[in-house]
Amino acid sequence: MTGPLWSPGPPETGGPSLRIPNVQWPQAGVLRGILFVLAVLLLLITAYYQVEPDEVGVVQRFGKFDRTAEPGPHLKLPFGIEQVTKVPVQRQLKMEFGFRTARLGVRSEFAAPTPETIGEAVMLTGDLNVAVVEWIVQYRIRDPRAYLFNVRDVPQTFRLMNEAAMRQVIGDHSVDEVITIGREAIALQAKAELQRLCELYQIGIEVQQLVLQDVNPPDLVKPAFNEVNQAIQEKERAINEAWADYNKSVPLAKGEAEHAVRAAEGYALERVNNAEGDAHRFEALYEEYRKAPAVTRKRLYLETMAELLPKLGKKVIVDEKVRSVLPMLQLGNEQEVKR
Amino acid sequence: MSRAALVLLALVVIATSMSVYTTSETEQAILVQFGKPVPGVISEPGLHVKMPFTQTVHRFDKRWLEFDGDANEIPTKDKKYIFVDTYARWRINDPLRFYQAVRDERGGQSRLDDIVDGETRNAVASFNLIEIVRSSNRVFQVTEDLAGIGAAEAMATVEMGREKIQAIVLEKAAKITPEFGIELVDVRFKRINYVETVQQKVFDRMISERKRIAERSRSEGQGRAAEIRGQKERDVLAASSQGYRSAQELKGEADAKATAIYARAYSRDPELYQFVKSLETLASSLETGTTAVLSTDSELLRYLKGAGER
Repeated sequence: MTGPLWSPGPPETGGPSLRIPNVQWPQAGVLRGILFVLAVLLLLITAYYQVEPDEVGVVQRFGKFDRTAEPGPHLKLPFGIEQVTKVPVQRQLKMEFGFRTARLGVRSEFAAPTPETIGEAVMLTGDLNVAVVEWIVQYRIRDPRAYLFNVRDVPQTFRLMNEAAMRQVIGDHSVDEVITIGREAIALQAKAELQRLCELYQIGIEVQQLVLQDVNPPDLVKPAFNEVNQAIQEKERAINEAWADYNKSVPLAKGEAEHAVRAAEGYALERVNNAEGDAHRFEALYEEYRKAPAVTRKRLYLETMAELLPKLGKKVIVDEKVRSVLPMLQLGNEQEVKR
Repeated sequence: MSRAALVLLALVVIATSMSVYTTSETEQAILVQFGKPVPGVISEPGLHVKMPFTQTVHRFDKRWLEFDGDANEIPTKDKKYIFVDTYARWRINDPLRFYQAVRDERGGQSRLDDIVDGETRNAVASFNLIEIVRSSNRVFQVTEDLAGIGAAEAMATVEMGREKIQAIVLEKAAKITPEFGIELVDVRFKRINYVETVQQKVFDRMISERKRIAERSRSEGQGRAAEIRGQKERDVLAASSQGYRSAQELKGEADAKATAIYARAYSRDPELYQFVKSLETLASSLETGTTAVLSTDSELLRYLKGAGER
């Protein structure tokens, strides 16, 4: 395209009205050629622009808003008559409060806390305690015109809106809600409040997500908070151990009781059966005894003695009439007897 | 002719460029003629015309402008010393007056400093801290473990709340600013923090509060454990005594039954029973090797002395 422009063709194409006559500069034709090419280049540079896929172009003519341009190559009036500002409307933007990501990655690195980040994070809770709250907000530019023309320094304004909205919500929650149970509700409320401020300021931003990050008590009181958690654990452990002991002892006692009952049932059966047996045996004996009492009696006695006497060791037989001898009788020592 | 025409053209171009100007969407402008503002504000963006040479254009931003106050140490009504850091947004709504009163934005900022700081100070000093921090009277959610925590002053009812106090500051400050051609559109408390000495006291209170809760939690645990141990002892004794009782009852019944059976049988001849039982006892009770002294008078040995006489 530049080829023919550099061709040695006559500069008449520049337009006859611009021809300055009688100028006897050497190589005037070449100079005019260069000027012409520069003019065309300037025209092209100031007329052509391209909008990236995640952007929209806002075109102003003489400073007044004229139109927006979708992604792709476009032309505008050159030489500053029209100006274009590209706004990344499709891009999700993110702001961090109370910390800064130093390097993004699989394991993002965070910059050391600075007075700035600490200042952002420290806030008063509704029970007049202090909490350190870190959060991120993800947002999108919804209305590029409003974003550009309504508020100066939108990012800084948006930061301040964030801080005010978050503090307002945290100020209505207790430190324990902030740190533990209220986190989700707080994030939702802060997001709603922030969006409300965005509408109020006509800032053209849509808040997509507000996420609480680390939320902590201040460093100085952290050990005391940890102590409470520990104490709650201890409490649960003590209760669990007591229940464990209970579960070990009570079923055992029940089992032992059951054992005693079963054993007693055994005893009862044995006792009654034995009694029945003994009774039957006696009754049977009695029936026969009744028929010949004297003989049976003698027989029983003698049979018992016959069984008994051989078992006995030393036998001393004493005549009833020599009873006086008895005290002199040496009965031998115990060991001998036992053996 | 052509040279003269060229000069004329150049003059026209210069004069045009001196009398034509643009304002952007974000701008408004006034014209100043010989140092005196010309009435009327150019607020429509676009191409405009003015007198060349004699009129100069003064542009002012049309957007909401920033104002970020310093953190001021202010005592609240209940004598709590806090830093209050406000921010505001404002816009130049009467550029002519603005130009006359404060000249430029820097002048405006310094007026706002005085006005916003002053009104903030007034508002904060006439409310208790809790009114400035809280926005509503919502009841805090508390888990069982942490019940009873929190300062008594935090339980006070809030009558105004943060938002209304901010609105008061805005309303009062916004009444003053129009004389500088400024419209104050929003004032908010950005940060509220304790001053160092108060902060230390608050931390001490937080620590003692937590220690109290921790202590309570531990003793609750021990108490509950003792309760469970007691329950265990009760249940163990209940079970074992119930077992003992049932066993004894069973045994007693059996004993009674057995006694009845024996009585019924032996009562047919008690003497025979005594005889038989004595023999049995003799037979089973004398050990092997026992020394026995037997009398010749005994039933067994009576025949040892002779055949006996009939």
